[in-house]
Amino acid sequence: MAIMKYVIIGNGIASIGAIEGIRKVDTENEILVIGAEDSPAYGRPLISYLLAGKIGPERLALRPQEFYEKSNVSTKLGTTVEAIDTKAKTISTDKGETIEFENLLIATGGIPFTPPIPGAEGSDVYNFTNLAHAQTLISKAKEIKRAVVIGGGLIGLKAGESLFDRGVDVTILELSPRILSLAFDENAAALAGGRLAEVGLNVRCGVTAKEIQRDSDGNLKGVHLTDGDFLQTEVVVIAIGVVPNYSLAKDSGISVDRGIKVDDHMKTSADGVFAAGDVAQAKDLLFGDDRVIPIWTNAYNQGFCAGKNMAGTDIEFTGSLAMNSISFYGLPTISVGTVNPPEGDDSFEIATSLDEKKKSYRKLVFQNDHLVGYVLVGDIDMAGMYTAFVKFQMAVPEDAKKQMMAGEPDVLMWPDDFFKDTWNPGHVEQD
Amino acid sequence: MKRVYPDKEYCIGCHLCELACMTAHSKSQDLIVAYREERGKDGLSSCKKVFEKGHTCVAISCRHCDEPSCVAACISGGLHKDPETGHTLYDREKCVGCWSCLMACPYGAIRRHPTEGKIVKCDLCAEREGGPACVAACPNAALKYEER
Ligand SMILES: Cc1cc2nc3c(=O)[nH]c(=O)nc-3n(C[C@H](O)[C@H](O)[C@H](O)COP(=O)(O)OP(=O)(O)OC[C@H]3O[C@@H](n4cnc5c(N)ncnc54)[C@H](O)[C@@H]3O)c2cc1C
Ligand code: SF4
Ligand code: SF4
Repeated sequence: MAIMKYVIIGNGIASIGAIEGIRKVDTENEILVIGAEDSPAYGRPLISYLLAGKIGPERLALRPQEFYEKSNVSTKLGTTVEAIDTKAKTISTDKGETIEFENLLIATGGIPFTPPIPGAEGSDVYNFTNLAHAQTLISKAKEIKRAVVIGGGLIGLKAGESLFDRGVDVTILELSPRILSLAFDENAAALAGGRLAEVGLNVRCGVTAKEIQRDSDGNLKGVHLTDGDFLQTEVVVIAIGVVPNYSLAKDSGISVDRGIKVDDHMKTSADGVFAAGDVAQAKDLLFGDDRVIPIWTNAYNQGFCAGKNMAGTDIEFTGSLAMNSISFYGLPTISVGTVNPPEGDDSFEIATSLDEKKKSYRKLVFQNDHLVGYVLVGDIDMAGMYTAFVKFQMAVPEDAKKQMMAGEPDVLMWPDDFFKDTWNPGHVEQD
Repeated sequence: MKRVYPDKEYCIGCHLCELACMTAHSKSQDLIVAYREERGKDGLSSCKKVFEKGHTCVAISCRHCDEPSCVAACISGGLHKDPETGHTLYDREKCVGCWSCLMACPYGAIRRHPTEGKIVKCDLCAEREGGPACVAACPNAALKYEER
C-alpha cells in the first residue's frame, strides 16, 4: 500500500469532524478511516433513542454513504489498530496489515469506567456506551422486569430512561447527592428528578452499589446498597462514565496525562500524530488549561481543528466548552460552561430564578462582568443567545446583565463592532 | 455564496419578514390562512426573529455559517453543510429533537417547533423562486440577499 496522507483511527464524531476539516483545505488526497466497530459512523447518543424504541436502526448513520464517496474516504470497519510505530510512521491492525501514514489522527474515544464492585464479574452486568450494548439490552429488556443502573450522570440517566421506556422497572443509583452533579445544581436536579419520579422512574441519590449478589450458579440476584438496602434485579447497567481510551497511544510512547496530551493545534508528542475527541486532553475555553471534556460538540470541533492542521493549515484550537442538552420526559434542560463555581469565591456572581410550579429555572453565572455559564430548565428557547456571551467572552454591561437576568438576552446587546462583523460584514454605511 | 444580511440602521421593526417567512413555509401559501389557522393548528412558525431595543431593531435568522456550531453539535446527522451550495441544511426526518443545536448556535438562529419534537431554522427559501421571502417582503431594504 502506498503511503496514506491521512489515516484516522476511530470512526466516531471526532473522525467525521476531521474528515470535514481536512476537506476544507485539501479536496484531493485520500483519507483512510479505521474503525473497530463494524457499522457506519453513528450518533453515539442515539443508542438511547434506539433502546427506547424512539428510532429504528436505519436512522443511526450520521452521514450518508455518498458522503464518504464524494469526500474520497475509504473505510476499514471491524478493524482494530493494534500498534502505532511513531518512528517508522506506520500502524498495524488486527487483520495483519501495516499501513504507512503521513498524518495520523487518534480518535479512539472513551471506554466505560468500571469501579471494582464485588460480584460485577459474570452474566447480566452491562455497560451502555455503544451500539452492541444497546442491541444486547434491547433483547434483554424483553425478558426482564427489573434493572438497576449504577450512575446518575448523562449515560446512566439515558440508559435508565430507555429501559424504562421498554417497560422495565428501573432504579438509578447515584452516589452524589443529586443527579447530573457536574452539569446541574440542586434546583435543576430537583426539577429533573421530580419529572423522573412523576413518570415512575426510581432515582436514589447518595447511595451506590456495595456488592452484586449472585446465587451459587452465578446468576444475578440483586444489588446490596451502601445504605444497607437490597434491590432485587435481573440486570445491572454500570454507567458511571467514560475514561479516555488511550492505551494504544500510551503503548506507542505518545505522552498521556488524563487523556492524550495535545498542543494548541491538536498535535500529540509524536511527529505527524494528532488526537481529538473523548480520548484527548485539550485546551478548555474558559479555564485555559487542558482537560478531558467527553462530549459530542468538543469531539467534532477538536476533530475539525486537527483535520485542518493535518492538511497543512495553521489553526489554533479555540478551546472546549462543556455543554449539555438533556430532556426528561418533555422537560428540557440545558447547561453550559461553569455552573457550580467554587464556594466562597467572590469573583463569581450568581443570578437565579426558579418557578417550581411552571417547572422552570434559570441560573446565570457571571465572573468579572462576563457570563461564564448558565443552566436553563423548562424555558430553553433563548439558550443560544446566552451561549454567545459565554463562547465569545463578551463583556456584559450592567444594563445588559439586567436584561439577561430577566431572561431576555439578544444580539443588540453585543458590542457594536462585533455585531457588525457578524451580521453585516463588508457593509459600507452610505450617507 | 449569497446570504441574508440584516441592517439595523434600516430595520423599522415591522415584523413583515416574520410573516413572509411563515407564509413561505406554509401549506396554503396564503398569509391570512397561514397566520390564523396553520400557526395554531400546525405550529407553523417563523425562522426569522425581530429583536428590539429602544428605537433599534434587527431581524435575524440562520447565517449559514462557514463553520457552523449547529452541525458540530448535531447528534443525529440532521444538520449538515452542503459542500456545493454552502447552505446549512436541515433534515427533518433525521432530527430527534435533542436541542443540542439550539444550545450550541451562538446566533440564536434555531427554535423549537411549538408542537413537534423538531426544530425551525432558515432554509434560505431554497425552493422559492426569487430567493428568500423575508428579503422580498422588507419594505425598507433592511435585509439584503447578496454575495459578500
Ligand atoms: C448513551 C450516550 C449518550 C450520550 N449523549 C450525549 C449527549 O447528549 N451530548 C453529548 O455532548 N455527548 C453525549 N455522549 C457523549 C458522546 O457520545 C461522546 O462525547 C462522543 O461520541 C465522542 O466521540 P469520539 O469520536 O471522540 O469517540 P467515540 O464516539 O467513542 O468513537 C471512537 C471510536 O473509535 C473506535 N476505536 C477505539 N479504539 C480503536 C482502535 N484501536 N482501532 C480502531 N478503532 C478504535 C471505537 O470502537 C469507537 O467506535 C453520550 C454518550 C453515550 C454513551
Ligand atoms: S443555525 Fe446557527 S450555527 Fe448553524 S449555520 Fe445557522 S447561524 Fe450558523
Ligand atoms: S434538535 Fe435535531 S437538528 Fe438539532 S441537534 Fe438535535 S437532532 Fe440535530
